[in-house]
Amino acid sequence: MSFMSLILFLIIFPLFAALLMTLLKNPKVRGFFVMAASLVIAAASVALLVMNLNNSGFVEYAVHMEYIEYAMTAVLLLISVYIIYAGARDKKYHAVVLAIVQILATVGSELLFGGKAEAANALMLDNLSLLMVMLVGVVGSLICVFSVGYMEKYHHHKHVADRSRMFFAVVFVFMSAMFGLVLSNNLKWLLFFWEITTFCSYLLIGYTRTAEAIRNSYRALVMNIVGGLGFLAGIVWLYETQGIIEVDKLLALNPALVVVPVVFICFAGVVKSAQMPFSSWLLGAMVAPSPVSALLHSSTMVKAGVYIVIRLSPLLAGTKAGLFIALIGAVTFLFASLIAISERNLKRLLAYSTISTLGLIVACAGVGTYQAVWTAMLLMIFHAVAKALLFLCAGTVEGGTDSLSIEDMDGLIMKMPKVTVFILVGIAGMFLAPFGMLISKWQALEALVSVNPLIAVLVIFGSSATLFFYTKLMGKLIMIVHPAGKLEKGVTGGEWFTLGTLSILTVAACVVFPVISKYLIDPFIKLVYHSTVSMSAGNIVIMLLMMVFLLLLPLQIVLQRRDKRHVSAYLNGANLTEYKDAAEANDHFYTAGHNVQELKLSNYYLEEMFGEKRLGLVGIVLTSMLLAILCGVMFL
Amino acid sequence: MSYFKKSPWLIHYDGSSCNGCDIEVLACLTPLYDVERFGIVNTGNPKHADILLITGSVNEQNKSVIQNIYDQMPDPKVVVAVGICATSGGIFADCYNVLGGVDKLIPVDVYVPGCAARPEAIIDGVVQGLGVLEEKYKNRKERKKKVNA
Amino acid sequence: MKILLTTVLFIILAPVAGGLLSGFDRKISARMQKRVGPSILQPFYDVLKLFQKENVVVNISQNLYAFCFLFFTVFTGVLFFNGADILLIIFSLTLAGIFFVLGGYSTFSPYSFIGSERELLSMVADEPMIILTAVGMYMVTKSFSVADIAAYGTPLFFYIPGVFLGFLFILTIKLKKSPFDLSTSHHAHQELVSGVTTEFSGKPLAWIELAHWYENVFLLGIVYLFFAPVPVIGVAVALLAYFLEIFIDNINARVKWQWMLKSAWGAAIGLGVLNIFILYIVQ
Repeated sequence: MSFMSLILFLIIFPLFAALLMTLLKNPKVRGFFVMAASLVIAAASVALLVMNLNNSGFVEYAVHMEYIEYAMTAVLLLISVYIIYAGARDKKYHAVVLAIVQILATVGSELLFGGKAEAANALMLDNLSLLMVMLVGVVGSLICVFSVGYMEKYHHHKHVADRSRMFFAVVFVFMSAMFGLVLSNNLKWLLFFWEITTFCSYLLIGYTRTAEAIRNSYRALVMNIVGGLGFLAGIVWLYETQGIIEVDKLLALNPALVVVPVVFICFAGVVKSAQMPFSSWLLGAMVAPSPVSALLHSSTMVKAGVYIVIRLSPLLAGTKAGLFIALIGAVTFLFASLIAISERNLKRLLAYSTISTLGLIVACAGVGTYQAVWTAMLLMIFHAVAKALLFLCAGTVEGGTDSLSIEDMDGLIMKMPKVTVFILVGIAGMFLAPFGMLISKWQALEALVSVNPLIAVLVIFGSSATLFFYTKLMGKLIMIVHPAGKLEKGVTGGEWFTLGTLSILTVAACVVFPVISKYLIDPFIKLVYHSTVSMSAGNIVIMLLMMVFLLLLPLQIVLQRRDKRHVSAYLNGANLTEYKDAAEANDHFYTAGHNVQELKLSNYYLEEMFGEKRLGLVGIVLTSMLLAILCGVMFL
Repeated sequence: MSYFKKSPWLIHYDGSSCNGCDIEVLACLTPLYDVERFGIVNTGNPKHADILLITGSVNEQNKSVIQNIYDQMPDPKVVVAVGICATSGGIFADCYNVLGGVDKLIPVDVYVPGCAARPEAIIDGVVQGLGVLEEKYKNRKERKKKVNA
Repeated sequence: MKILLTTVLFIILAPVAGGLLSGFDRKISARMQKRVGPSILQPFYDVLKLFQKENVVVNISQNLYAFCFLFFTVFTGVLFFNGADILLIIFSLTLAGIFFVLGGYSTFSPYSFIGSERELLSMVADEPMIILTAVGMYMVTKSFSVADIAAYGTPLFFYIPGVFLGFLFILTIKLKKSPFDLSTSHHAHQELVSGVTTEFSGKPLAWIELAHWYENVFLLGIVYLFFAPVPVIGVAVALLAYFLEIFIDNINARVKWQWMLKSAWGAAIGLGVLNIFILYIVQ
């Protein structure tokens, strides 16, 4: 199979899978086909990678199908019409107004282009696209596999209408759109896929049809439509001033000539990657089932946002516009990390952590030096894998304990040992040395310091907040409490498979990252910037050593002598003495009146200092000001 | 060779004391007596302590607490009963809720009588306790050897 | 071969130096309070005794964390004295610190739990300034490698005095000295008993103590780096800094965490960041 047909296959095959999903009513049969289709998609992505390893250049493909553009426009109009209908039904009139504006803009731009705006090569493939294809193909497929078992149980627990058919269909359409998005060279095609992802996320967020879900789905929709309109404005501006609509030709231009369209398109990217002041849509997306959160946060949707910023980063490097986009990212990183300290809900904590990491990626892409872009690409990989793992674990925990509150997770390691170990791997992947995210943060610091110390300073303060909220979460999970429980019986084989694979990937990504860098990222950096990033071999050895130690040290628990005397924790001698087992005397004590009281330990959340209400507002004001300045800068 | 003599860490428990002895215990820490020059540290934590220093008698309310603190201390450990109340119950011995001296509940190694016990006497009691500590350490080591053999 | 030698020397000598420092600390503190104070070798007696004590546990996992804390602290020091990348060294120290905190959490004991939370807050407070120190050193020497930084011609202090002062400020937090000894205390009674270490006994407690010695030597090593070209002055300043910390320890009462966080970040911004910006503009 040629590259071309494989690329088309990646875009079209999920559509067929989606169609199949709408037809299959039996959940068992559907589950089988979901797994089969996921396997095919993952295999095709890996095949594309393997076939392309020796061909590291920028390859473009012409697609000669005139009617396809008409079909795309028609689909976009249909979506807008549906939004008008649904918006009127759900009484979300701002969405209706925006959909009408969207129709006008789509029709207007088509009239402006007058059918003349044609791209010589509609599709393309380079290592950045390839990286994205791998993330979508592998992580996305794993999430699909997980969803099969999860959604079935989900409908046992929750009293919401079972719309799993629609769920899986939309997920596959989503994947198709993501493939299209990262493989498009024609900006109009890119925008088409962009709008599809917006629409799909709207459908998935509103999956449960509860009042909250509907409200949040519209928030995501509205914000991303605004972003999409910015994208369209960018394309129109680009065509009117430069007469081109291709990514490759845009990248070849003098950055000074295309500041306005680049800023417009990056604005869309900033909205989609949930940077402040637009971060609220991603937090609202938490109402959806956990696989949706995993999908939106790790491999799709938000990654589309950062993808476009990274794609355009050569045009941002060294410009004022790039600096302000980077600052928006850095401020988002700092404030999202700080707010995460005050979050008591696991999914919301993870959401803020996602927003902050995306902020770091945007900061790196905005700076746009070769080292920064290298870091941004690595961050995408590490974040996608670890965050998918964490969200799916959160879903599993919710299934087992019926709670997502961190306060209810005392001693989870005694009740759901395997899942907890997976969560610990995921958390370690997010911030601990020598795991992936830390490698990237380290490189980000080195990259940012030499360009602009202000951005580096924001990142430094944000990192220490990350340390706080993740470690106190870990602390809750690893407490030893009694009695042990067995809450992970209901987890199905498919779910274990996904969680296990993602854990292995989290560890593996950091062990083999020099290889990933060498074959996937370095060629891209070399092509665009004509220089390469080199991490000294010594440092890599040190990190591998740390990793080996981290994997070996837990053996100490097995090797240490078992004959130790167990005593209860020190409670001023007031421990309950009725228990025979010292360990169980730990969590009850006598009060002054000799009443029995249960011991409860609650984490610090420090709301009065780091609360969302307070810092969220500051962050939104700051980033809005930066956006305003950005608008001013772009017209100068 | 053991280091117990050079580094005795203690925990002080105040039973049903009149606080006279407690103040004398604290006086030991002041610059005048400065027990830290012998390496003595008042840890306030049974898990770190070698010596359990008890002032005041044992009563119905605190017996479980004393037992608990004693159990939580790692071996080898010694108990020093400071003041006449801790050694025998003193003038409170006949009270309806008083059990008597500390030895009614846990084995006491050194008795320091007095009402209140003077700091010199308390320090002397602790130093005598160190000898017992050393001995217990040796016994423990031998027992361990036997078990292993 | 040189690496191996440095490593072995560090592993053997650092606890000797760390223990002596701690001994001087107790002696000087005692003298400041008009006491005689213990022998200089007292810390060694304490640790050796702990090795001879029984190890009672709440659960066996707590020992794992204590061991990892010691292991990665030693690892950090080994990296530092072998001249590795200073950011990597700082991250390794953070990893060690996290194990210490997790050890406190694992026991489900209220005292070590709150100690752990506060220890984490201390880490949040001091981490930015530590990384800023590395950044400041990079901006002068254009290298993150400790070997390169140490080999730089003129003392870094002349370029980054603000960073130096900022580092001295958070050194108080790192050494767990008053007014920032919120998480654990070497002194007599405090409201948290012994904070993070409350539930540790015997050998693991000795590991933790040893780890702190290694850590202190490493931290003074960073102070030394500011004056590396003149070793005599470097050592003298490091010892002076330690003395200063003892002095501060003795004249201050413990503060609330809010104050610690605000003042540490304030120092990081007012001293560290300002210095770095000035350096950036000058360059």
